[in-house]
Amino acid sequence: MEHAATTAGLYPLPDAQRERLADLKGRGKGGLVDGDESADVTAAYDAARERLVAVQREAGLDRVVEGQARWDDMLAHPLCVHENVRTGDVVRYYDNNNFYREPVVTGPLTEDGDLAADLSAAARLTDPLQAVVPGPYTLCDLARDDHYGSFESFLDGVADFLAGEVAAFPDAVETVFVLDPSLVTDPPDDDVHERVRDAVDAVNDAVDADVVLHTYWGALGERLHAYLLDTGVDALGYDLVNAHEECVYLVQEYGTADSVALGVVDGQNTRIESPGTVADRLSWFRENVPVSDFETVYATPNTELFYLPVNAFGDKLDALAAGVEAARAEVAE
Amino acid sequence: MSDGVAGRERFRPADHPHDHFLLTTVVGSYPKPAWLTDVRERHEADGDAVGDDEWQEAIDDASRLITDEHERAGLDAVCDGEMRREEMVEFFARRIGGYEFKGPVKVWGHNYFDKPSVVSEVTYEEPWLREEYEFTAGVADRPVKVPITGPYTLATWSFDEVYDDDAALTYALADLINEEVSRLVEAGARYVQLDEPALATAPEDHAVVGECLERIVDGIPDDVRVCLHVCYGDYGEIYPAINDYPIDEFDVELANGDYEQIDVFADGDFAPDLALGVVDAHTPTVEPVAEIEANIREGLTVVPPEKLTVSPDCGLKILPREAAYAKLENMVRAARNVEADLDSGELDAAALRTSDRP
Repeated sequence: MEHAATTAGLYPLPDAQRERLADLKGRGKGGLVDGDESADVTAAYDAARERLVAVQREAGLDRVVEGQARWDDMLAHPLCVHENVRTGDVVRYYDNNNFYREPVVTGPLTEDGDLAADLSAAARLTDPLQAVVPGPYTLCDLARDDHYGSFESFLDGVADFLAGEVAAFPDAVETVFVLDPSLVTDPPDDDVHERVRDAVDAVNDAVDADVVLHTYWGALGERLHAYLLDTGVDALGYDLVNAHEECVYLVQEYGTADSVALGVVDGQNTRIESPGTVADRLSWFRENVPVSDFETVYATPNTELFYLPVNAFGDKLDALAAGVEAARAEVAE
Repeated sequence: MSDGVAGRERFRPADHPHDHFLLTTVVGSYPKPAWLTDVRERHEADGDAVGDDEWQEAIDDASRLITDEHERAGLDAVCDGEMRREEMVEFFARRIGGYEFKGPVKVWGHNYFDKPSVVSEVTYEEPWLREEYEFTAGVADRPVKVPITGPYTLATWSFDEVYDDDAALTYALADLINEEVSRLVEAGARYVQLDEPALATAPEDHAVVGECLERIVDGIPDDVRVCLHVCYGDYGEIYPAINDYPIDEFDVELANGDYEQIDVFADGDFAPDLALGVVDAHTPTVEPVAEIEANIREGLTVVPPEKLTVSPDCGLKILPREAAYAKLENMVRAARNVEADLDSGELDAAALRTSDRP
C-alpha cells in the first residue's frame, strides 16, 4: 500500500503576486482572467506557479499540482475562460463567504486547451505532475446553460468538453484529481445518477493517468456512491474532516475503489493539524473499513486551499507531508 | 424590552412637524472623507510624519463631520458613519481577546479580507465602542444609534481553532457583546443594533441567533431599543422565527430586491417594529423622493405607521459620499411626506395593511 501526500489544488496566491496582480488587474469584475491575459499578467502567474511548485517540493509532497493560481472563479474557471461562455453576475461559491462570476454557456463547448497550457508550463518545473479539474456535474452546477437546452444534454456537453481538455494534458500528468463537491452539496436526482456516472467515465476514459474522484463538505448519498463505484476511476475521495462517520459507513456498506483519497487536513481552518493527528486519521480509516490493502491512499486536505492565508497554507502542506511520513512508519512497523 | 411605541417616542424631535412619526435612521457605515483615507495611509506609512495625536484628531474630526452630515440630512437617530472602523469583523476581532490575524484571504477576484483566527477562548479585554459612542453623543444633537457586529457573523467570518462547534464560539461572543452593551448603556446609549449579515447564508441557524439575542439582552434595561439588521438572504427561512426574538426592531434590506420578499412578513403577526430599507446601498443612482415614498408604503403593508422605521438597505460606505448624502436627504423628505399624507388622511394605513385586506 502506497501513501501519497497530495492536495486538491486551488492555492492562495503568494504574497508578492497577490499585490502585483491586484495592481495589474484591478479589483473589479472586468479585470479577471478571461484566457487572454497581458504579458505582465502572464509573467506574474508564471512567477506564482514557480513559487507554488517550490512550496510543495519544500514540504515534501508526493504529488505536485500546478496550483491553479489563475482560477479567479475557482472551480468554474474552465468555463469562465471559454469563448462560448459569457461571465454573468458575481454569485456565492457554495456555503462560503466567497464569490465567483457565474459562467453562462451560450454556444457549444468546443475544445479550449486552457488547462493543458497551464499544466505544460508546470511540467517544465516538475515531472510528474498532478492535474486538478472540476467534475462534470459540479461544473454544470456552478454554471448556467443558455445553449444545450436540457440538464441532460448540458451535462453530456460539459463531460465531452472536460474529456477533450484532459485528453490534451501533457505526458507529465500522472494523476488527475476530479473535484466534484456539488455531488454532495446539491446532489443529482436519482434519475440522472446513471448519466452522472457516464459523465465521470467520459473524463476518466479520456486520460492516460490515475483518476481520483474527490468530493467534500459531507458524504455522498448511498445510491450515488454505488453508481460512482461503477465508474472506472482509480480512487474515490472522502471528506474525513466534515463527515468521517458517514464516509466510513459508505465504505463499510458498499466498498470503494482500489485506491482512496482521504481528506484528513482541514482546508478551511487555520488550526494546523499535528503530524500525529494526520496519521491517526489515516489509521482510523484503515481500521474501520473492511478493505485492508488499498493500492494507494492519497492523503489530502479535504477542500481546495485558497480559503487560507498564505502562511497557514504552507503550514498545512508541511503538516500533511509529516503526517504521511508518520503513517508510513506506522504501517511499516 | 420596550414596547415599540413607547421606545420610539424618545426619538421624536421636539419640533417634529406631524402627528405621525416614522423614525428615520441609518444602518451604520458611511463613505469616509477622502482626506481621512489619505491621512490614515500617511499615518500607517510613517508614524513620524503623521503621529498618533494627529491621527486621533483626524478621526475625531471625521466623526464630528459625518455625525453632523447625518443631522443635516434630517435623520432622527444618527451615528458617526463608523469613521473609526475599517471592517465590520476586523474592528471587533482586534479588541476581543483570543483573536489573531494570520493574513488576508480571498473573498472574490482580487478582493481580500483579513479574516481573523480564534486561537484561544475569547475574552472581554477593554471597551470596544465606548469612545466612539461618547464622542458621537457628545457632538450630536440627535439620539445616537450604536451598530455592533453580531456574534453569529463574528463567529462565522472567523477561523475557529478552539471551540468544538460553531455554536459554542457564537454563544461565547454573545456573552462578550452583552458585557459591551451593558457598558454602552452605562455610558448612556439607548439604541443598539446587532448586524448579522451572515445569517443570510445559513438561515437554518436562526435558533442559534435567537439564543444569542437572549444572552445579549440579559440584564439590559427595557428602555434600550434593540434592533437586529440582516441583509441579502431568503427571509422566508427566518420568518416567523424572528417574532420570538427579544428585539424591538427588525431591520431588513428589501429595496435592492424591489420588495419581492415583503409578503413574507405581511401575515399580520409581525411582532417587532419593522425598520425597512427604502434606498439601495449598492447603486449610486439617487432614488427620487416619490419612489422612496412608494417604498415606505411597502412597509405599511406589514406594520402600522407607529411601528415603521425607515432606513437605507444597508451601510452606505461603498457609495460616493454625495450619493450617500443625497439618498439620506431624499429618504427623510419622503418619510415626512408620507407622515403628512397619513395626518391628512390622504393615506389610509389600515387599508394598505395586507393582513387587514378583505
